[in-house]
Amino acid sequence: MKITRKEFLKISGACLIGLSGKKALAVLDSSAKGQTSSASASKASKQLGMIVDTRKCIKDQGCTKCIEACTQAHNIPSFKDPAHQIKWIWKKPFDDLFSSYETQYLEPSLKDESTPVLCNHCDSPPCVRVCPTGATWKRKEDGIVMMDWHRCIGCRFCMAACPYGARSFNWVDPRPEIQNLNPDFPTRTKGVVEKCTFCSERLAKGQQPACVEACPEKALVFGDVNDPKSEIRQLLAKSYTLRRRPELGTGPNIYYLV
Amino acid sequence: MFMLEKAMTGSRRYWTWVGALVAVIAVAFGFYLYQLNYGLGLTGMSRNVSWGLYIGQFTFMVGVAASAVMVVLPYYLHSHKEFARMTILGEFLAVSSVTMCMMFIMIDMGKPMRVFNVILYPQFHSVMFWDMLSLSGYLVLNATITYFTLHAEQEDVHPPHWIKYIILLSIPWAISIHTVTGFLYSGLPGRLGWRTAIMAPRFLASAFAAGPALLILLCLLLRRQTGYDVGKKAISGLAVIVTYAMVINTFFILMEFFTAMYSHVPDLTVDFQDLYLGAVHTSLLPWGRTSIVLMAAALVLLLVPRWRRNEKSLVVACVLVFSSLWIDKGVCMVVGGFIPSPLGTITRYVPTLPELIITLGVWAVGALMVTVFYKIALSVEIAKEASYVPAYELAGAASATGLQAHASSAVTGPGASAAGQGNEGVSGKGGEEWHH
Amino acid sequence: MRDRVWIIAGLFLFLGLVTYPVWHDLVAHTASTPPVLAMPAHEKQCVAPLSYMRTSHMKLLLEWRQEVVREDKSKYVSFNGKVYNMSLSGACLSCHKQQEVCTRCHNYVGVRTPYCWNCHLDPAQIKRSAR
Repeated sequence: MKITRKEFLKISGACLIGLSGKKALAVLDSSAKGQTSSASASKASKQLGMIVDTRKCIKDQGCTKCIEACTQAHNIPSFKDPAHQIKWIWKKPFDDLFSSYETQYLEPSLKDESTPVLCNHCDSPPCVRVCPTGATWKRKEDGIVMMDWHRCIGCRFCMAACPYGARSFNWVDPRPEIQNLNPDFPTRTKGVVEKCTFCSERLAKGQQPACVEACPEKALVFGDVNDPKSEIRQLLAKSYTLRRRPELGTGPNIYYLV
Repeated sequence: MFMLEKAMTGSRRYWTWVGALVAVIAVAFGFYLYQLNYGLGLTGMSRNVSWGLYIGQFTFMVGVAASAVMVVLPYYLHSHKEFARMTILGEFLAVSSVTMCMMFIMIDMGKPMRVFNVILYPQFHSVMFWDMLSLSGYLVLNATITYFTLHAEQEDVHPPHWIKYIILLSIPWAISIHTVTGFLYSGLPGRLGWRTAIMAPRFLASAFAAGPALLILLCLLLRRQTGYDVGKKAISGLAVIVTYAMVINTFFILMEFFTAMYSHVPDLTVDFQDLYLGAVHTSLLPWGRTSIVLMAAALVLLLVPRWRRNEKSLVVACVLVFSSLWIDKGVCMVVGGFIPSPLGTITRYVPTLPELIITLGVWAVGALMVTVFYKIALSVEIAKEASYVPAYELAGAASATGLQAHASSAVTGPGASAAGQGNEGVSGKGGEEWHH
Repeated sequence: MRDRVWIIAGLFLFLGLVTYPVWHDLVAHTASTPPVLAMPAHEKQCVAPLSYMRTSHMKLLLEWRQEVVREDKSKYVSFNGKVYNMSLSGACLSCHKQQEVCTRCHNYVGVRTPYCWNCHLDPAQIKRSAR
């Protein structure tokens, strides 16, 4: 069967497009699967999470030990101007975290009580989905949503995408505003986004996150939510917990005991 | 190669304008260097409002860039010949707008020197990656189209046949650049004011109103300054397009309004309260209200045929369209999405002076590009028309070239005669010889 | 060709400017010598052979960066079997006492110092300034 060069090229081109289309669909499918059904996929591997026991936390009004520990461990600058503040873990009134549960008849002790806020290390993190360079990604081995400050271009798309306000941007050089330099952890420069990384550098040394260790009331419980025998799972089985904005499908891994 | 020498000759008025633009650019560039050194803290953005004027302007200019399709589509797909003298101007406006978009992105980056990471480490799940591809592709497409068609015009030949496919490709591509920019916002789960399926259609509708409105203004300005007339039919045709787009855009806004206000869902109503109703007081309220008033006034001027056909009121209408949509997309939409923050804080965003000057600098770059491009395009067009020498003047001489020039020039409309008088950039001899 | 004088003068000026790095030292009676770095007192061997470090230390650092930050690895087995922690401040600076080991050579050769030290800290420097 004789075939002209033109026809041959047409057929090869169509085949190539067909094959690459299939591959492209596979990529899109897997990335979509990775985001939406990762709730089921991640059950197989480790997923680190945290319980914030607001009952224990409330007792110490004005206690900021977790915040201080995190600040010290990670060279977080202290800005007076709230516009430029860098916050990895901080405290906000309960009402602000859970505005959809807000009622005018909320138990008074909860109403304006300071509750720790931090990155939720979501199962399906929108910040990871939008990052154009892969400077933030979800680690397969332990589910931490990690940051690579070498790669971040400072576009702040992740900040727009995060439904929890967990991320901060270095609007100016942070070094002058760091109170006590910790030589064991780098600082960051102006122009990159940062957030809580579940103290991955401490976990690598077998330690607990700084905030968990520092809490005098042991109100922060850290562990693998996929491991049925872990302390965190046992606590979750015993009590009712809330997560922030679960209806968004992000699958947050910070559970609040109320 | 790029016929830049055509932009190097001009009247005193031309050079004053170019000089003013260059001065603005120089000052703005100085401020940008300061921003590079100090950090984005120089702007009014904050932890809660992490995108501001720069990204708002980017969003608006993507719309203006996409709007070239509103001239290209009727002319190339449906052979509406009245747009013949306008397409090159629309395409040059697209090139300038896309460049402005990319500049707005660059000045907003925290680490602009690392922007290449988007290409080195592509993340196919990121809408921003596709936005980068889309905008770059659109720039290349339109630059190619303008280059080849203008060169062909100058050499008095047909452009290469394959340019037709590039032009056809630019039509869906124009739609795609603004759709993907809409996706930047509508794909985010956390900000309900943005999370609407109608975001990209709204973007397109407002783009197809604002862009052509600007093009009308530029064409009328061009006619006044240089005598180059795109033709009454082109202007009125484009005005109809602006009208339809404006109506559709208003319809979309009303649709959003209904869904928010009838459902009473707080995350939806808060946007309308911030921007228009004033239940929550933010700095955006006067902007939102002004935008609505200007939009309404623009609609009235456009929908009444007598006023739309009157050039003076059309100019006012176009200014109203452009400014109302500039406020809506360039100011309210982006900043409004960040208010309130995920933890319920209302943060005031006020751009700082350096931020405003840098923004003005990018606008000046766009204006300079449009100026230079239009100068080149007009020089080619007018030189072609001016080179037409009537047969009786060429007594005995081979008039083949003259006749050929006459035959292949697209439209010799009423504006052609004025071309000789107005343009001082082209060799005056040719212009003066042509009396029609 | 009355411009010949100006052209030749311009050429000479250009040549002079472009060869400035070569004749500056001769004229100013200075001598630029490569900086002599103080070798670490207690360590005789780096994480890789000297010849490799001379040519490819940035390559090694970038590999370390990739593995530590993105692949959650921490241990590096060097060519002679010794195990190191992959850490700029931890491993490199445990022997090379100060970060200026980088800047001195980089300045001499005129290669822009990478911005590592904008973020990474020199523990010794912190202790000194704390005192």
